[in-house]
Amino acid sequence: MTGTERPSPALLRGLTQTRMSRRSVLRGAGAVGGAAAVSALLAACGIQGTSSSSSSGSKQIDWTSWWAKQKKAGVLDFANWPLYIDQDDNGNSASLAAFTKKTGIKVNYKEVIQANDSFYAKISPLLKNGQSIGYDLIVMTNGWELTELIDNGWVAQLDQSKIPNFKANADRTVLSPSYDPGAAHSMVWQTGFTGLAYNEKLTGGPITSFEDLLDPKFAGHIGMFSDTTELGSAALLALGVEPTQSTHADWKKAAAWLKKVQPGVVKFYDQGYTDALQNGDIWISQAWSGDIYQVQAGGHEEIKYVTPKEGQMMWHDNMLIPITAEHPLDALTWMDYYYQPAVAGVIEDYVNYVCPVPAAKEYILKTLDDPAVANSPLVFPSTSDLADSHEFYVYKDYDDYQTWNSTFNPIVQS
Amino acid sequence: MTTVDTSAIPVAGRGGASASRRAAPYLLAFVGAAWLVVLFLVPLISGLLVSLMTGNPEQGYALTWNWAIYRDVIAGGNVPYLLFLGRALFYGATATVLTIVIGYPMAYFIAFRVSQRWKTPLLSLVMISFLVSFVLRINMWKFLLGNDGPVISALHALPFVPADFHILGTSAAVIGTMTYNDLAFMVLPIYVALERIDPSLHEAARDLYGHRRSVFLRVTLPLSRAGIFSGILLVFIDCAGDPVNSQIMGGTGTTVIGQAIQTAYLTNQQYNVAAALSTILMVALGIILFAYARVFGTDNIEDLV
Repeated sequence: MTGTERPSPALLRGLTQTRMSRRSVLRGAGAVGGAAAVSALLAACGIQGTSSSSSSGSKQIDWTSWWAKQKKAGVLDFANWPLYIDQDDNGNSASLAAFTKKTGIKVNYKEVIQANDSFYAKISPLLKNGQSIGYDLIVMTNGWELTELIDNGWVAQLDQSKIPNFKANADRTVLSPSYDPGAAHSMVWQTGFTGLAYNEKLTGGPITSFEDLLDPKFAGHIGMFSDTTELGSAALLALGVEPTQSTHADWKKAAAWLKKVQPGVVKFYDQGYTDALQNGDIWISQAWSGDIYQVQAGGHEEIKYVTPKEGQMMWHDNMLIPITAEHPLDALTWMDYYYQPAVAGVIEDYVNYVCPVPAAKEYILKTLDDPAVANSPLVFPSTSDLADSHEFYVYKDYDDYQTWNSTFNPIVQS
Repeated sequence: MTTVDTSAIPVAGRGGASASRRAAPYLLAFVGAAWLVVLFLVPLISGLLVSLMTGNPEQGYALTWNWAIYRDVIAGGNVPYLLFLGRALFYGATATVLTIVIGYPMAYFIAFRVSQRWKTPLLSLVMISFLVSFVLRINMWKFLLGNDGPVISALHALPFVPADFHILGTSAAVIGTMTYNDLAFMVLPIYVALERIDPSLHEAARDLYGHRRSVFLRVTLPLSRAGIFSGILLVFIDCAGDPVNSQIMGGTGTTVIGQAIQTAYLTNQQYNVAAALSTILMVALGIILFAYARVFGTDNIEDLV
C-alpha cells in the first residue's frame, strides 16, 4: 500500500524539473517590477512641494465671483473632533437638527479628526491634487498645519457679506487672530487655554507657577504635553518670553529650561493625562482648560486648573472650508449660523471649552438655566484671564517650524 | 432533466488544454507575484528612494542621492535614533523570548495533553482577545496597572514594596503588553507544528529508551522548530516596529524607533528622515532574521506553508 501512495522521488523530480521553480519566477517578476518602479520614480524624481503647486494659483482667485457661483446644495459634510458638539445619549445633536429644520441643509457630521498632524497628512495630498477630501467643513487648531492650509491656498476665503452673525456676535479676541488676520479664512469654533492642572490631594497644596515643576518634591510626578508647540510655548512663558515675539535664541533657552524639568517628567502626553491625574500616575500636568472642566464636572473636584502666574497659552480650533469642498455655501451658512448666542450656547453648554460668542453666557444662564457653566471662568473667562493668555508663535515657513521642532523634539523623545 | 450537448466540449477543451496547462503555473503565480511587487517591492524601493531625497514639504523633495542622511540619522543630530532602534530591538527580542517561554507550554498542552474535543475551544480561548481592538486592550492594562489601579494598590499593601513603586512608564510595562498582545502569534504556529508530529515518533523514541526529557529535546523540539521560527517572525517583527505599546504604556525613557518614524513623518513632515529610519529598521530586522535562519536553518519552515 505505502508504495502506491507515494510516487518515487525520481518521478517527482522528473515531473517538476522542467518547470521554473517558484522562487525563480518570483525573482524574475520582481526584477521586472522593481525596474519599472525605479524608472517610474526616477522619472518623477521627487515629491512635489506644497508651495509650488497651488498657492500662486489661488492668490489669483476672484473670491467674489467664486462665491457668486456657489449654490445651496442642502447637504453639509462636517468633519470635527470627538465629543465636540452637543449630543444626547444616542449621539444626536439638537443644534444640528435645529439647523437642518431652519435651513433645509442636512448635516453629515463625522468625528474623524483625532489630531492635527495626522488629519493634515490625510487631506494634504488630496488638496494638493485639487481633489475633494469629502468634507465641506473641517476644524483645525492654529498651528503649523493651519498656517500651511492658508498659505497653500487650500482653504476658501470667506465671503464677508454672508457672515453678519459673526461680525455682530464674535468675541473681539477671535475677530482678527494673529494666524489669520481679519479672520479671512477661518472662524473660531472653540478656544481653549493651556495651563497647569494638579491633583490637590497629592500635591498637598496649590500650584501657582511653572517654577513648581522644578520643585524636587514633585519630581517623578509631572506630566507634560508631547506636542512640541505646546511644550515649547510653556517653557517660553516660564522664562517670561512672549511666544509670538520669541526668537530662535529664546527657543534654545526654553529648551534648556525644559531639560531641567525633564528628569521629573513621567510622561509626555498627547491624551490620557486627565486619567493619569485622577489615578495619581501624575500629580501636576500641562492641561487644557476644557478637559479639566469636564473632569471637575465628573465629580473630581480635587483636580484643579490653574493659570500659572507667568501666564497661559490660548489656542483656537477653527472652522475652515477646504477649497475643494463640494458644498461651500452650506458650510458658510453653518459657520455664520453658529455665531448666534442661542446656537453657540447650546453647544457650549455641552462642550465646555471657551465660547467665542460672549452673549451665549446670558443664554446659558437664563434660558438653559445652567449657572455652573455660565459662571465658570473656564468657559467664559474674565478680562484678566484673557490678559494672562498668550497666542502661539506663528511659523514663518517650514524651516522655521523645523527649527522649533528640532529644538524641542529631543526633550520629548529620549 | 435538461439535455446538454456535450459533444463540443471535449473538442474545444482539447484545443486549449496544452497551452493553458503550460501557462497555468504562471497564471497561478501571477496574482501572488503581482501582490508582492505592488505591495512589497514597490514600497520598498520607493521608501529607499525617498530616504535619498532632500528638501522640505513646502519646496518639495528632490532625489539627490543623499546617502549622507544615513550617517546623519545614525551619528549626527540631537535625537538619538540609534538608541531608539536598539531599544526597539531589545523590547522585541525580550517580548519574543517571553512569548516562547509562555506560549510553548500552552501549545504543547493543547497539542498533546487534551482530548480532541477540547482543542478547538482552547484554541479559541487563545484567540479570543483578538475580538477586542488591541488599542482598547492596552488601555485596559493601563487602567489595571495605574498607580491607583487594583494591582499597584494591592502591591503597596505589602510591606516590602517601596512607596514609589510603579509599573506604568517603565520598559517592563511596554514589554509586558507586547508579550500579551502577541502571545497568540506564537502559540498558534507552534501548535500547528506540534500537531503535525506523528505520535508514533514519540512511541519510537520511548521504545528506544528515550528519557522523557531527551524525547522532548531530541524529537519534539527539533520537529517544532518551524513553528517557533514562524512565531519569531510574527512576534519579533511586529514588536520591533510597533509604536503603540510604548506610546500608551511607556514613559519618558521608552521611546522606540516606531514612534520616532511616526513623529518624523506626521509631525515634522521629514519624509526623507522617516524613510531612512524605516529602511534602517527593515535592514536591521532583515540581518537579524537572516542570521537566525543561517544559524538554526529554515528547511522545515516550508512544512507549515
